[in-house]
Amino acid sequence: MAEAHPVGFQWVMEAKARGATVIHVDPRFTRTSAVADLHVPFRAGADIAFLGGLINYVLTEGKDFREYVTAFTNAAELVGEDFADADVEGVFSGYNAETGRYDPISWQMDGAYEAPAAGQRDHWEPELREEHAAFTSDTAGGVGDQAYAPSDPERDDTLQHPRCVYQVLKRHYARYTPEAVSRVCGMGVEQFLAVARAITENSGRERTTAWVYSVGWTHHTVGAQYIRAASILQTLLGNMGRPGGGILALRGHASIQGSTDIPTLYDLLPGYIPMPNAHLHEDLQSFLDADAAKTGFWGHMDAYLVSLLKAWWGDAATPENDFAFDYLPRLTGNHGTYGIVRDQIDRKTFGYFLVGENPAVGHANGKMQRLGMANLDWLVVRDMQMIESASFWKDGPEIETGELRTEDIGTEVFFLPCANHTEKSGTFTNTQRLLQWRREAVHPPGDARSELHFYFHLGKKIREKLAGSTDDRDRPLLDLTWDYPTFGVHEEPDPQSVLAEINGFDADGNHLASYTQMKADGTTSGGCWIYTGVFKDGVNQADRRTPGAEQTWVAPEWGWAWPANRRTLYNRASADADGKPWSERKAYVWWDEESGSWTGHDIPDFEATKAPSYRPPEGATVEDALSGTDAFIMQANGKAWLYAPTGLADGPMPTHYEPVESPVANLLHDQQDNPAREDIDRAWNRLNPAMSETYPYVFLTYRLTEHHTAGGMSRFLGYLSELQPEFFCEVSPALARERNLEHLGYATLISARTAIEARVLVTERMKPLRIGDQRIHQIGLPYHWGSNGLSVGDPANDLLGVVMDPNVHIQESKVATCDIQPGRRPRGPALLEFVESYRRKAGVEPGGIT
Amino acid sequence: MTLFDAFSGAASSLSGPLPDPSADAGWSAEHPKRVGFFTDTSVCIGCKACEVACKEWNLVPDDGTDASDLYRLTGMSYDNTGDLGASTWRHVAFIEDVRPHGTATTGHMPSGLPALGGSLPRDAASAPPDGGTVDLLALLPDTGAHGQQTPDDERDVRWLMSSDVCKHCTHAGCLDVCPTGALFRTEFGTVVVQDDICNGCGYCVPSCPYGVIDVRESDGGAHKCTLCYDRLGEGLEPACAKACPTNSIQFGDLDELQAAADARLAELHGRGVEEARLYGRDPDDGVGGDGAFFLLLDEPEVYGLPPDPIVTTRDLPEMWRNAALTALGLGAAAVAAFFTGGRR
Amino acid sequence: MGVRTWLGEWPMFRQATGSDPLGRGAAVQSPRTRALEPRTREADEVVKSVCPYCAVGCGQNIYVRDGRVTQIEGDPDSPISRGRLCPKGSASTSLVTSPTRVTTVKYRRPYGTEWEDLDLDTALDMIADRVLDARRRGWQDTDDQGRVLRRTLGFSSLGGATLDNEENYLIKKLFMALGAIQVENQARI
Repeated sequence: MAEAHPVGFQWVMEAKARGATVIHVDPRFTRTSAVADLHVPFRAGADIAFLGGLINYVLTEGKDFREYVTAFTNAAELVGEDFADADVEGVFSGYNAETGRYDPISWQMDGAYEAPAAGQRDHWEPELREEHAAFTSDTAGGVGDQAYAPSDPERDDTLQHPRCVYQVLKRHYARYTPEAVSRVCGMGVEQFLAVARAITENSGRERTTAWVYSVGWTHHTVGAQYIRAASILQTLLGNMGRPGGGILALRGHASIQGSTDIPTLYDLLPGYIPMPNAHLHEDLQSFLDADAAKTGFWGHMDAYLVSLLKAWWGDAATPENDFAFDYLPRLTGNHGTYGIVRDQIDRKTFGYFLVGENPAVGHANGKMQRLGMANLDWLVVRDMQMIESASFWKDGPEIETGELRTEDIGTEVFFLPCANHTEKSGTFTNTQRLLQWRREAVHPPGDARSELHFYFHLGKKIREKLAGSTDDRDRPLLDLTWDYPTFGVHEEPDPQSVLAEINGFDADGNHLASYTQMKADGTTSGGCWIYTGVFKDGVNQADRRTPGAEQTWVAPEWGWAWPANRRTLYNRASADADGKPWSERKAYVWWDEESGSWTGHDIPDFEATKAPSYRPPEGATVEDALSGTDAFIMQANGKAWLYAPTGLADGPMPTHYEPVESPVANLLHDQQDNPAREDIDRAWNRLNPAMSETYPYVFLTYRLTEHHTAGGMSRFLGYLSELQPEFFCEVSPALARERNLEHLGYATLISARTAIEARVLVTERMKPLRIGDQRIHQIGLPYHWGSNGLSVGDPANDLLGVVMDPNVHIQESKVATCDIQPGRRPRGPALLEFVESYRRKAGVEPGGIT
Repeated sequence: MTLFDAFSGAASSLSGPLPDPSADAGWSAEHPKRVGFFTDTSVCIGCKACEVACKEWNLVPDDGTDASDLYRLTGMSYDNTGDLGASTWRHVAFIEDVRPHGTATTGHMPSGLPALGGSLPRDAASAPPDGGTVDLLALLPDTGAHGQQTPDDERDVRWLMSSDVCKHCTHAGCLDVCPTGALFRTEFGTVVVQDDICNGCGYCVPSCPYGVIDVRESDGGAHKCTLCYDRLGEGLEPACAKACPTNSIQFGDLDELQAAADARLAELHGRGVEEARLYGRDPDDGVGGDGAFFLLLDEPEVYGLPPDPIVTTRDLPEMWRNAALTALGLGAAAVAAFFTGGRR
Repeated sequence: MGVRTWLGEWPMFRQATGSDPLGRGAAVQSPRTRALEPRTREADEVVKSVCPYCAVGCGQNIYVRDGRVTQIEGDPDSPISRGRLCPKGSASTSLVTSPTRVTTVKYRRPYGTEWEDLDLDTALDMIADRVLDARRRGWQDTDDQGRVLRRTLGFSSLGGATLDNEENYLIKKLFMALGAIQVENQARI
């Protein structure tokens, strides 16, 4: 955190000064480790073993916060009899070895279907969908059946029943003993126990523990399960929805949170509404039946979605045409970025917009990225600097090796300069879901324009070209609401008008104040329901800037946080079942009996007047179905899920699998790696075999404080480039001895993809680890470099292959294997032969560019 | 004080304690209080914001425009700046300090280590920072920590970081030897080079006991930290201190900084961080104390700082006095008459 | 400038006649030094902004003079950052005033070996044509089982996560209307 989010880290330092204990668990010794009370080095990719070990410690030692667990979680619910745990084998029930996918039906609870609030909701495969539908009583009872009554699963509040979640969890993690964790992670038993004791002693009524993570947890074939594991631990310890608790994702880009909220992602619509899958006879209602829970706040997905459709298609969206639901294109599977690039190489897709993104060096398997671009008809790059993704046809590594020739690359490239953050107004959503409005300070120079300008005018132009079309497929374009007011000589669209559309309007054209005002009858509009309220009262709430010193410590008057300006999600859980704060010093939100409402330091994440004693009547739906203790209001049952019966593609409980490229066998389960992971089996994406002697070392990629991601905003600046001027690798003295690496000399790193060179930093901060009988060396690689800019070097990402998490299709780029040799890498075609010789030795199929 | 007094050694403005260097340099009684930096390295995270913020504000060239070895790694951990110089007015040093296991704590500010046992709940919001909530050492059994590691790996690393800067000495050698008056003592007690006066003679360079000031090749002038003299007049804090994420660089009135530093030192000693010490805080040291002083977690040499800096002009009065006596003895009184004749 | 004033500006005179006989302070302060003031004081306006690097969301004050950014500093009002910035945030002025920034359209024709210049409006028109062409070529009405797809796989988009919410919103909206499902973002990475 000190490394990549230094200014956010001031709060950790402040907490520390007040007595907080800071523990840093990271394969790498970073700036954070330097000031932590304890640094726990361990093997990259072993986090679930570590977190599972902590869960096991909590459960076997009875250290869970029992009152919290019984009040707010599904611990007492019984899992269905069909469920079979992963156990020694490491594979849960429902796995289909042929397809490599799970059918999650057997994971369901006993006597009820529980709908997921996120993740795998609908299934696009017809077989799974039918099975799923048969299991859900509402669809069986008829489409849109208002009489639908959710049934509660069987439960045992003593938590003793062998099939209750608490016991299932306990059995699942029983093998994750301190000794096993130590063996898998390469950390001392005592070191592990020190962490286990520290977090358990620092959780409960009086104290809370927070976990902070970044892409070190998501860049894995089991990334989503890493986060799940932390969720289970934090829920058991009663650290969710409470001040000083939580699992805090430190996101690496100014508005990466916003990019998922208003998703430029293939599988989501704004506000985490899933994109519709292709089905026979799919209409709006059957979509909602399949994707939306009937209880909890997702029960209002109809209102959120219809309001979105109204925002996009205005008067053309009517009750008669399902509010233009059919205008939305349909999915049939994974269309994530790596699949797109594969299709580019296969020439199945022809054009590509790269907007402030530099995949040629910033994404895993740079060769794959560049090959994709080289096989396009056209490419539009919008950036401030001449990044590698714009100039790959001229100076990419494949030109040097002779795999590609500039004269043979048919890609037409448009480089359009873009406006920077001072040259346009708009909102970023930061890592705590806070929208902050930036005001335009100066006009962009020359041809530079905002993305708002570019896409608005591109849309206008396309609509002009299609004017008068009678083709049915052009209706969505021609009916689109696309009439934002513009200003200035360049006709810049007014970003406030866009934000107001996102916020939404009622039938009279008033700005909506809350998503609870949204209706499914088409009388309201709103482009992203979770952002509704950001333009409450016609005021740009994201532009509020009451100085921090002039307001409470929660600072509710600075910017605007979704939803409803709540700063801590699920904060109902900061009070006990009766609505009283767990303790005086941890009071945050509580029930005020006198006024009959929730109150506190933050805006309660609960219906304001729903008493803790409220119990839903029979047959209640949406929020009415949640009791006064159901703090997790987005969940269909209002509970935090220690066990996830649906929503995940790779199991209801996190399980340790080795990274695909691992130097060791899985010591906890027979299954070596995630059986549901996604691969791309192509000549340009060869993988190092697990436990390969040819590629014996682990490497991990990461950031440095002085640079930013793929370097487009740092390598071109002198003041930053001089601070970290060259690409380097970090190795331990022991590895340096083993491979004759010289401090400040060059090293060549080799994988089945390619070979790159880096300067060598020999440092005691890198430690070899003992895993079983093996001594494991880890190599650190900051990934900021490329061929352009002031500070240049080989891209670390070129070393990576692409294997993905099945839930989110994110690549495993935080751990892989390689060899390292002293000296510089071969140049030109010799590099290809060098890499091929390694592949041959390792028994890997030949590489290639097609 | 007069020039004669200065030469005769009647006053001690070239060495020893000096409560008000601004007054000594002729600023009227209403001059502002002396300001400075207290750099608390125990909370430094080595982010180098100070280096960049300084260069951005002062428009100091990057190495790429002023050094022959463009953008090269130094190999000194994450320090690629190397040293203070004409184009580096803040320099963050990184020291990788290796010790046998068990003799050092991992963190360089081990708040959680001594003091309270783990089971005592404490009020973190109001409790004095006299120890951590969880005693990690107590949680570690006595025997065989890192039980799975090979002995080779049983070394602990401390990663010390420290942002160095011009010390704005009470007795500044650079200033005292400057023949042009380019270097001067400001009303804030800081030491600043005036670019329009400096002729690049370089006399100041060897006179700095810390090796701070240097001449820039590209413009031929001597340069160093000005403590953002242009900002001070406007009531703004220096750019580095303003940017510093963890408040490792504190700016303020020197007496208040000294009090804060003393309190911080006592706090760390109270926590058992025995190696903590202040550097440049002592007005009795060889430069009369520094306007920019530090809290270090090891010997100054570890950070590349001279252990006992002495102003290079300390012996100047005596040398001059001897020279003057010699001159008088030779009957060359006219020189002295010129100077004393200027008295009012 | 009268003789007296001129003489008063002469450091040696001031040194000899003032309270700074060694010429180490007030006596040698040059007129230029005396006139120093922070360049932020010259700003026509100070604009509230947010750092474009990581997702902490530190407040920035943008100092503008004559339509140009002259300085970017942390905004002390921000309860998130309290005026502080990391090295990248501190380099924001360099970022927005970078001399290597490309400010005109560059065009590389198919199989071309060099960049060419292109008018912005022409570029936009050409891109619109290519979008429509790729959309048509990649269009799918139904799949082989007759399920309605109503989409194109002809082109795709990959956005960085330094785009504004409003910008992402327009991208998603336009792509959905085009039937283009392949919209992706750094958030996937």
